[in-house]
Amino acid sequence: MLELINVGKRVGRDDHMTDVSLQFERGSLNVLLGPTLAGKTTLMRLMAGLDKPTSGDIRMDGQSVLGLSVRNRNVAMVYQQFINDPGLTVYENIASPMRIAKVNRTELDKKVRQAARLLKLEPYFDRTPLQLSGGQQQRTAIARALVKSAELVLLDEPLANLDYKLREELRVELPRIFAETGAILVYATTEPQEALLLGGRTATLHEGRVTQFDDTIEIYNRPDDLRTAQTFSDPPFNLASVSLQAKQINFNNTSLGQITDNVSELPDGAYTAAVRPHHLSLQRTDQHTVELAAIVGTSEITGSETFIHVDVSGNKWVVLTHGVHRVEAGESIAIFLNPDSLYLFDAGDSLLRVPSYVTDGR
Amino acid sequence: MTTKTVNQKAWFLVLPVLLIVALNAIIPLMTVVNYSVQDTFSPGVFFFEGTKWYKEVLSSPRFHGALGRQFLFTAIILAIEIPLGVLVALAMPRKGPWVSVCLVLMALPLLIPWNVVGAMWNIFALPDIGLLGYGLNWLGFDYNYTQQPVSAWMTVVLMDVWHWTSLVVLLAYAGLSSIPDAYYQAAKIDGASAFAVFRYIQLPKMKRVLIIALLLRFMDSFMVYTEPFVLTGGGPGNSTTFLSIDLVKAAIGEFNLGIAAAMSILYFLMTLLVCWVFYTAMMRGEDS
Amino acid sequence: MSQIKLDQLAHSYYPDPATAEDFALKKMDYLWDDGGAYALLGPSGCGKTTLLNIISGLLVPSRGRILFDGEDVTAKSPEERNIAQVFQFPVIYDTMTVAQNLEFPLANRGVDRSEIRKRVDEMLDTLELSAKAGRRAQGLTADEKQKISLGRGLVRYDVNAILFDEPLTVIDPHMKWQLRTKLKELHQRFSHTMIYVTHDQTEALTFADKVVVMYEGEVVQIGTPEELFERPDHTFVGYFIGSPGMNILPCVVNGNNAVVAGHSIPLDTVYQPPRGARVELGVRPEFVRFAHAAENGVPVSIESIDNVGRHRIAKVRLAGNPMNVIVPEGEMLSSTDHQIVFDAQRCGIYVNDHRLDAAFAGQGKRYDY
Repeated sequence: MLELINVGKRVGRDDHMTDVSLQFERGSLNVLLGPTLAGKTTLMRLMAGLDKPTSGDIRMDGQSVLGLSVRNRNVAMVYQQFINDPGLTVYENIASPMRIAKVNRTELDKKVRQAARLLKLEPYFDRTPLQLSGGQQQRTAIARALVKSAELVLLDEPLANLDYKLREELRVELPRIFAETGAILVYATTEPQEALLLGGRTATLHEGRVTQFDDTIEIYNRPDDLRTAQTFSDPPFNLASVSLQAKQINFNNTSLGQITDNVSELPDGAYTAAVRPHHLSLQRTDQHTVELAAIVGTSEITGSETFIHVDVSGNKWVVLTHGVHRVEAGESIAIFLNPDSLYLFDAGDSLLRVPSYVTDGR
Repeated sequence: MTTKTVNQKAWFLVLPVLLIVALNAIIPLMTVVNYSVQDTFSPGVFFFEGTKWYKEVLSSPRFHGALGRQFLFTAIILAIEIPLGVLVALAMPRKGPWVSVCLVLMALPLLIPWNVVGAMWNIFALPDIGLLGYGLNWLGFDYNYTQQPVSAWMTVVLMDVWHWTSLVVLLAYAGLSSIPDAYYQAAKIDGASAFAVFRYIQLPKMKRVLIIALLLRFMDSFMVYTEPFVLTGGGPGNSTTFLSIDLVKAAIGEFNLGIAAAMSILYFLMTLLVCWVFYTAMMRGEDS
Repeated sequence: MSQIKLDQLAHSYYPDPATAEDFALKKMDYLWDDGGAYALLGPSGCGKTTLLNIISGLLVPSRGRILFDGEDVTAKSPEERNIAQVFQFPVIYDTMTVAQNLEFPLANRGVDRSEIRKRVDEMLDTLELSAKAGRRAQGLTADEKQKISLGRGLVRYDVNAILFDEPLTVIDPHMKWQLRTKLKELHQRFSHTMIYVTHDQTEALTFADKVVVMYEGEVVQIGTPEELFERPDHTFVGYFIGSPGMNILPCVVNGNNAVVAGHSIPLDTVYQPPRGARVELGVRPEFVRFAHAAENGVPVSIESIDNVGRHRIAKVRLAGNPMNVIVPEGEMLSSTDHQIVFDAQRCGIYVNDHRLDAAFAGQGKRYDY
């Protein structure tokens, strides 16, 4: 088990990492989720031993590894850029960590072939990285990390530079490939969707702090605070300042209705309501009963879904609908909200209420 | 987010270089400094003279003359070689089989030993048998570099241009090659003239290499010795006696070690100063 | 602004192309509307950049002609075609200020000073760069530089078309969406003919009125985003558009039923695929659902279920064939006996990868491989 205990990293006057405590089990898949500059790479460099924390401790199976150099740590890392030796063939690129470790020849060959089979690189053994597509180059880098049989595998946005179709395929394969090795897998990404597809456990990062660490779907369903909720929502959560009065939620003089569950225990006052883009609807349904007037900004079509950016009394919201919808910019439309799908946060941005559709999730 | 690792061990890696630089630059330089403040009459006997040699050198008309000739020479060859080098680089093909042919042709003059260059031009320019000298006279020009200062200057300049323009060409060509095709396409689409392409795309992208070319050519020409020495020996009269030739005359011909050493130090400081001024001036505004 | 016609166009990088494989671009014949926003979408190596270079005039096609508003421009250079282009990496004039960059194409064409001033000011305003007008272009961020590249095309009011070659490649993810929105807005305002090359479906579908999907040197479908999603003409379109892509199942057609490994799946109409051809059923994961308790469906085995938040993706096997099924949020799955139901309206029959009704209708184009 890898443990980070109150890890901090200060460079000059800047805190790059503050009080991070995490525990990663062997054979587990862990996601570091956060926007660019949230500290994902810094954290990975600390775990790899490329940088030393300025406070706290990092322990492997109870033993501090701070004194160990990178070479003695048994760590493999894959970067966003495709890093291979351009002068070596694919075979030699994959074999290189074992050549350094002086693994005997039959063992080496066996492992290279095994890794190449898993990553579908067998036909390209004799090519050099420059003769490969981006996806194949990244597979080669991943295969090299795989044959190292490292205890800790760090993947720093490994799919960010690939076409989305390749990304889809590799994203499914990666956890499966590494699961068999029993390594601790840590995967950094900026995309909430990717974290969800990977599953496992997630640590959400914001400005060098871990805001929550739990099962991925659990954080998605029950973010501790508004910050985490926003980190874990793409497109962003739709937020509204609301007031609670006599158990009624009011938003800009519109009643969002009475919510019957635990809201009834909340005192009157100001709260932040949040609703996920896909819980808004363009049609009134049995659940979507509250009508709000919106002005369309633009719409984005991803293929199977459409994101409609709207202005709802000054709030920038996004409506996510299935299929392809064309809505003209500037058009006034009605959107419908299911009051039951509201998250509520208090003045300190802590979570107070989750929608009733959120079941256990696990 | 990348953070630079603070690691003092790296300094050990620089140590060998420091040692080499110390051995081949700093120690000899200090020896020269030592000479420049002393006088000697016989080997091993030295007297401390302070700044006497420096005062003498700085007030000597001979030094002023050599310095003036030196600056004139450098100014002329820079004014010719830099634009000419850029023009040749622009005219060279960017793709195809001729690229390597051109590059080899361009590199040829750079591969010839310097004294051979001097000797070649010495013969080439002889007014009675040399192709250039004879040819010019046949065309009706009164040309004789061993007797007329103007002919001698022309020959020295021509020789330097022939010898060193290639360096500017190669550097400028490297700069040009680094410009992506998209820039040329965009310029075409914007309706830019060939001059505008040069002014707004090629020149800015060549700027860095041209600064290097300028510095190299400045330093080399400022210290030029071998070729004019072999060609004219500094003559006729003192007309092509540049600083370095004057320096050698003082040190070896006249055995004025103190004078020569003081000249060397002044010479070195001037080169350093001019290079620094050049560099800062040209790099100004680069990162603002 | 003009209409673009590709007339019997084909291109090969070889001097003497013999077989179909030698062609980077196989024969195409299309008419693109004046003022339309087109996206050329496909994976790397599909020929989209070749086609763009032919339209811009950087490449002369080996066969056929290209016409702008009826005028043959096949042999004309990019500047003679009066087009603008935005490249993958921002091209800016480093030593000029932002405003000078925008003035450049106008000054080169001898537009008079006051007119240049007016247009540049207006463009700076449109691109939200007014505050930086006097800054040297060199120090700007990638998205600002890319806006300048675009602006240099837009200040010329009369351009025939604006071409984009994967213009968002070097743009930060959070800026991509803003720039895309800006592009869309500019198209609506200036209504130039725009052609946008990309391998990213979101960029293509969001930007374009018509998406031209390319695969192995051929246009496999030109359609609105709706059409590409609802009725892919080719299995590649089904796979490439949508995440996850369309499910493809080998089948036999029997009247208005598709038979997959002995299981009958009702279709909305009768199909008659030719004999000996490879026949497949294509259906998007969105149009398959798990059967209700009393309903009759096709039995499947569930391999895994990924919860992606707004829905779950069930990876199932139908008699060994892998499929994805989208399970809406809140829908409970029974623990045993899984059956799925197909939406007959949204099922397509594909013969040798081409949609059956589309493959033999229209231009009478036959696909034989």
